Amino acid sequence: MRRCRESDHNELDVDAFVMLTVKKGKDLLYSDKYPPRQGEYMLKFRKIPALVIGAVFVLTFGVAFILAATAPPDPIKIGAIFAVSGPASNLGSPEANTAVMLVNRINAKGGIKGHKVILLLRDSGSDPQKAMSLAKQLIEEEKVFAIIGPSTSGESLKIKQLCNDEHTILISCAAAEGITNPVAQYVFSTAQKDAMAVRKIFETMKALNLSRIAIASSNTGFGKAGKTQLEKLAPEFGIEILADEVYEKEATDLTGLLTKIKAANVQAVVNWSIEPAQAILAKNMRQIGLALPLFQSHGFANIRYAKAGGAAAEGILFPSGCLIVAEALQKDNPQKAVLMEFKKEYQAEYKEDASTFGGHVYDALMLLSQAIETAPDLDKEQVRSALENIKGYVGIGGTFTLSPTDHNGLDINAFSMQTVKGGKFVPYTGK
Amino acid sequence: MSIPLFLQYLFSGITSGSIYAIIAIGFNIIYNTTGIINFVQGEFAMLGGMTAISFSRFMPLPAAIACAVAVTAITGGLLEFIFIRPLRNPTVIQMIIVTIGLSILIREFALHIWDEKVHSLPYFTGNEISSIRVFGAYLSPQVLWVLGICAFLVIGLGLFFAHTAAGRAMRACSADSIGATLCGINTRNMVTMSFMISASIGALAGCVVSPITQTTYDCGMPLAVKGFTVAIIGGLGNSTGAVAAGLLLGIVEAFCVAVMPMAYRDVVVIAILLMALSFKPSGLFGNSASHALKEF
Amino acid sequence: MAASIIAIQVATTMTGSEFLLTQLIMAAWYSLVVVGLCLLMGYAGQISLGHAAFFAIGGYTTAVLSTVNLLPLKNALPLKMLASLGLTKGGTDPWGCEVLHLSPWISLLAAVTASAIVAYGIGIPILRLKGHYLAMATLGVGIITYRIALGTPLLGAADGLSDVPPFPFFAGLALDGTRAHRLFSYYFSWSIVLIVMLLLVNLIGSQAGRALRAIHGNEAAAQAMGVDTARYKLHLFALSAIIAAIAGVFMTHYSGGIGPAETSVMKSVRYVAIVAVGGMANVWGALIAGTILNFLSLRGFFGTYDDAVFGAVLIVMMLFAPNGMVMRKKS
Repeated sequence: MRRCRESDHNELDVDAFVMLTVKKGKDLLYSDKYPPRQGEYMLKFRKIPALVIGAVFVLTFGVAFILAATAPPDPIKIGAIFAVSGPASNLGSPEANTAVMLVNRINAKGGIKGHKVILLLRDSGSDPQKAMSLAKQLIEEEKVFAIIGPSTSGESLKIKQLCNDEHTILISCAAAEGITNPVAQYVFSTAQKDAMAVRKIFETMKALNLSRIAIASSNTGFGKAGKTQLEKLAPEFGIEILADEVYEKEATDLTGLLTKIKAANVQAVVNWSIEPAQAILAKNMRQIGLALPLFQSHGFANIRYAKAGGAAAEGILFPSGCLIVAEALQKDNPQKAVLMEFKKEYQAEYKEDASTFGGHVYDALMLLSQAIETAPDLDKEQVRSALENIKGYVGIGGTFTLSPTDHNGLDINAFSMQTVKGGKFVPYTGK
Repeated sequence: MSIPLFLQYLFSGITSGSIYAIIAIGFNIIYNTTGIINFVQGEFAMLGGMTAISFSRFMPLPAAIACAVAVTAITGGLLEFIFIRPLRNPTVIQMIIVTIGLSILIREFALHIWDEKVHSLPYFTGNEISSIRVFGAYLSPQVLWVLGICAFLVIGLGLFFAHTAAGRAMRACSADSIGATLCGINTRNMVTMSFMISASIGALAGCVVSPITQTTYDCGMPLAVKGFTVAIIGGLGNSTGAVAAGLLLGIVEAFCVAVMPMAYRDVVVIAILLMALSFKPSGLFGNSASHALKEF
Repeated sequence: MAASIIAIQVATTMTGSEFLLTQLIMAAWYSLVVVGLCLLMGYAGQISLGHAAFFAIGGYTTAVLSTVNLLPLKNALPLKMLASLGLTKGGTDPWGCEVLHLSPWISLLAAVTASAIVAYGIGIPILRLKGHYLAMATLGVGIITYRIALGTPLLGAADGLSDVPPFPFFAGLALDGTRAHRLFSYYFSWSIVLIVMLLLVNLIGSQAGRALRAIHGNEAAAQAMGVDTARYKLHLFALSAIIAAIAGVFMTHYSGGIGPAETSVMKSVRYVAIVAVGGMANVWGALIAGTILNFLSLRGFFGTYDDAVFGAVLIVMMLFAPNGMVMRKKS
């Protein structure tokens, strides 16, 4: 410490005081050199938290006051929970991108009915507990008007009850049957149902006279949902399942599984998973000489997956919405305009192909904004009824016609069969 | 079961077994020199694969792989220098925790440097559907590459440790680090070098298995877990044992698929590991006497 | 400590931020696991990379037992006995079919028993191992549980189990996620934590605790002194497993469900990270660190860098503060 001089007496005091306090504080926390004396201990703990709480109080009230005074009309807060990181990031990442892009576009045009839209994006990391915690936060603290997402079925099922109880509109982007059946008043979903994809596949199989098949699915929620539907609907189409295996999602080699399938003497193989297993399965099939038709789920609908499969991807059949073959659609197809616009915008913004998962978010936000436009007031119950009465809305996933008993709004025509030819997606015409 | 079917299961086992084996080899280097099981080994494989994929966009494949191996080796050395060296007399728990923490960090960095998508290197020979037919069963040529590089590594490492000065110095460090220091060997540099060698082996492994398994930012952890399962079953420190154990485990896995739902395949594998740990921790091919001498 | 619990609750009511209690409740359950693990890692020096498995065993047991429909077995003797004790619950499920469930009290008991059985069963062969081998073995246990949870349809496979009923208490109070019961849940959860802490502090101070500290200090010396190290380590392992299972049970009832993500390797690693921050042999430190870190993580404070934060925490702790951030009085 400097020697005390008359002129800087006060300055030195403060310095020394600060140093002493800091040192003392450290000592208090980390050793017994200073056992707490009566007054000293209490003082230390009361002052700082009180200051902090006080500051937070003032800030919060101040900000709220300013916001209320300077922002008419009230902005609409929409929460979004996506799995941007973690095992389902290939779902959540494009979904988050689409949400941001669309909200920016809506706000650039002046918002919905003049209300600006505030998007509160949260990352759940595919963890249902976290999704629950985030949903509670969004509903209670941020008092959001509606929640878009989550990305996976497991998370959506977990927060379904919560959102319904709290009367907050939830538009999920996951495809599980349980999200919209049984119908919960405030819970909707814009993803095409797995059951429809399965029906489309089975229809095609019937047309090709394939009746003995093998099913391979990954051990994720998506795989499990597909497997359930495949097993449930097979008898309806007269299809026999001779082999039914579940593999782990990070499986690096599936030749063992395919050998088992080879031994089962089937006519076709259905795979229900997302990458990389899709490509690995396709490659392994060709590598062990299993020359059977391979059907994939609608999770295959991204050109990168076809590239990953390379030569092995030729001839794979899968159902999907029309987004990936938008260029090949007829000019008078009602979806063409919406699809092309979405593709162009997304491509320009993010330098990657638009994804069908992003399309679910697009549809969710557009449906919500349409409901808000048609409802008389910005009231959750009114918007909810408006939402469930939307008819014939042309979106990315298909044409939506909702009703009080159908909170999804898509039917089997949302899907068409595509195949891979020359490394590109082309509509499947039945040859 | 017909012969072609049996052979096909066998080949399937060899395919996955070779992947495990080549990852397991990398663990043994670091273990031999420092007694640490390095949880970052899986991430080295992932880094090698991802870097090679990035490089291969503007370089021919062999050059891309060579560069990726070099970059990963340097990364491995840097990691050791920055994070492991400063530890003074670390306990086992501390070492394990640090390496786990590092592997998590590397994974998150990889997510932000690259992206969450799946990539892969092109097949070294042939393409996705080429296969070789042996007695009615099929095998992808990439698997032969993996096995070939495994053999090359095992032989190469054997020669390195037996006949080069650096290799002998590293063996000295693992046997007795104080004695080694007394002999004038800089043990700390040896540790760094062992990390670099391990990292380059890991990177090479990651490159060669990439066409088979695809590479994503989080492919390191499952590879690492399987890799050191195999390393332990084969006897820690024993490269040939690791390869043998890897192939064995792969084949056991493949035949498991034949008889039970694939979902429980991992349960069987871990059960084997636990039994091995309980009854013969020195591994199938390890030497229990030398195992008892190891500190960890 | 009781005072600070009440103080926090009152503070949140006053500032209208009662939603914070939700994350505090969830943090309480996770911290319970951490405290049990701290006991194991700090006082017995046994690393466990698979502790999330015990949390999951507790959670899944209670989820299965309280959601499985036992209506077909309605007239079996054990069920009749339980019914007469008032331990079964009838009702209808969302689709309107009649169901019969076991009361969560029974499933709590079952969960504790199950985890104890597993802990003793695994502990006997595994705890003989040292260092890396023990780490690998516990990692293996965690992975097996994950695979079983993921692969078994009864356990809900990838989606886990949902619609787990609330945990009922007297006078209409129940432990669940609704706002009405939040205050009760908050006090209940932290009371459990308080009780467990008291038990552990007593344990550490007792003769058993001294034996444990002796083992942690130097196992060979402790053995030479006549301490039955194997037995102590085993009992401690089982104790930490039971604590984790209890946390799992209550968390499952609170959230109304459980999924395989709770058994993942990352969850186990998080628990280890928090113990490292709190101090290996410092249960209070573990509790404080656990509460803070879990609270922040659940609120999404770390955004997409959640895992990275825990990884960084692990490294920083080991490099700079191997004995943890909150130091304990040296006794």
